[in-house]
Amino acid sequence: MIRFDNIHKAFGDNKVLRGVNLHIPKGESMVIIGGSGTGKSVALKCVLGLVEPDAGTILVDGKDSRTNDRDAFLARFGMLFQGGALFDSLTVWQNVAFRLLRGSLKRPKEEARAIAIEKLRRVGLKADVADQFPAELSGGMQKRVGLARAIAAEPEIIFFDEPTTGLDPIMAGVINDLIREIVVEMGATAMTITHDMSSVRAIADKVAMLHDGVIQWTGPVSEMDASGDPYLDQFIHGRAEGPIEAVR
Amino acid sequence: MTKILAAIGRNALAALASFGRIGIFTFATLMHALGRPFYVREFGHALLTVGYFSLPVVGLTTIFTGGALALQIYAGGARFNAEAVVPQIVAIGMVRELGPVLVGLMIAARVTSSIAAEIATMKVTEQIDALVTLSTNPMKYLTVPRVLAALVVVPVLVGIGDVIGIMGGYLVATKTLGFNEAAYLQNTYDFLQSSDLVSSLVKGSVFGGIAAIMGCYYGMNSGRGAQGVGRATKGSVEAAAVLILAANFVLTGVFFSA
Repeated sequence: MIRFDNIHKAFGDNKVLRGVNLHIPKGESMVIIGGSGTGKSVALKCVLGLVEPDAGTILVDGKDSRTNDRDAFLARFGMLFQGGALFDSLTVWQNVAFRLLRGSLKRPKEEARAIAIEKLRRVGLKADVADQFPAELSGGMQKRVGLARAIAAEPEIIFFDEPTTGLDPIMAGVINDLIREIVVEMGATAMTITHDMSSVRAIADKVAMLHDGVIQWTGPVSEMDASGDPYLDQFIHGRAEGPIEAVR
Repeated sequence: MTKILAAIGRNALAALASFGRIGIFTFATLMHALGRPFYVREFGHALLTVGYFSLPVVGLTTIFTGGALALQIYAGGARFNAEAVVPQIVAIGMVRELGPVLVGLMIAARVTSSIAAEIATMKVTEQIDALVTLSTNPMKYLTVPRVLAALVVVPVLVGIGDVIGIMGGYLVATKTLGFNEAAYLQNTYDFLQSSDLVSSLVKGSVFGGIAAIMGCYYGMNSGRGAQGVGRATKGSVEAAAVLILAANFVLTGVFFSA
């Protein structure tokens, strides 16, 4: 469904992506792991057009992601941002229903609100948070609202950027379980970026490790522990010693 | 010496590049304003924040300036027995120059900084990226409503500021300098021409547009983190203030050079 074909991206002299090749089949949950600054978020943003690759192509259902009809293209995606990226000036329900209140997916206001409240319920939030502002919520609740917004328009593809960053282990577990349930329930194709190994084991069907600007290893999550790849082994066991240089 | 010249050249090139980018940004804003969708709620909100909530600072600034102007003109005019021109000079000074410039600078301080900080924070917290993924063009959603609101509402603020400034001069002149109340107002009314008012309102619209565009431009192009937001805010106010004063010089030349 999503195919990265030799993607390159540099910021000045810093070559972040040096030929990424990756295929994410329809309905599968792919988790991309890798150290900080290895270009995981850049790869994800390249798909959405938030970052323009210097070379290579990204195909979504066989069509180039740099399509002219951006509205229709982006309507297929939902995204949970690392910090939630909720709009401060809008209430929780208006955040969740943002896409349903404007553009090609526009619905009547009452219907959009009802859908928003239903999605909030789906992520474990009660209807009484609907009229609150994001700043009034805890970090975990903001993450849930971000998740509700990502699924509000029933997208075919959902991206999760560091979904458990900044959460306590219990809340991180709750969010991981929710993501897994929702992805399975919706039959969506998912791409998650994380370096939280508990997220990887909870969310992934397949894992890809990004290192030095290329996919170092990819395979089913069940084969991750016995991959024999020294880079992956070092990363999943969190060792300071190994082929990946750790700055001390 | 060569190093100094090279540094001057580098800064000049950087300034020209900035002008070019601001020009492109302004053109893009105008192009986006011509096409759908138009976000009415955001436009209405911008009208309130740029216009209505700026009224207190505009009123206080212009009333004190009008009063001070009356005192200065009276004291200066006394040197050549021209104290009687206070109403006329206060009126022309407020309407042609001080009203639009002071309101423009107050808008730069209050609104430009607020727009730049808000949009820069949205950028840093990935809210602008979120808008894109939600099929919403940030230029249409954030920039166009603010710029159009400023173009429409700042001339209204300037008009109000002109009146309040004149009334500041009136209060000082009639309560402390012994001017007749009815005569003061009549002299003011008789002296002002429609071209004075038109120039004041046109300046207000241009200054409002400059203030809003600078806020949006610096916000959209801010760097990372709190420092990036701070730099964007500072840069937007500096640029808006300088451009407003430069535009005032040009517009004054256009309206009154003949």
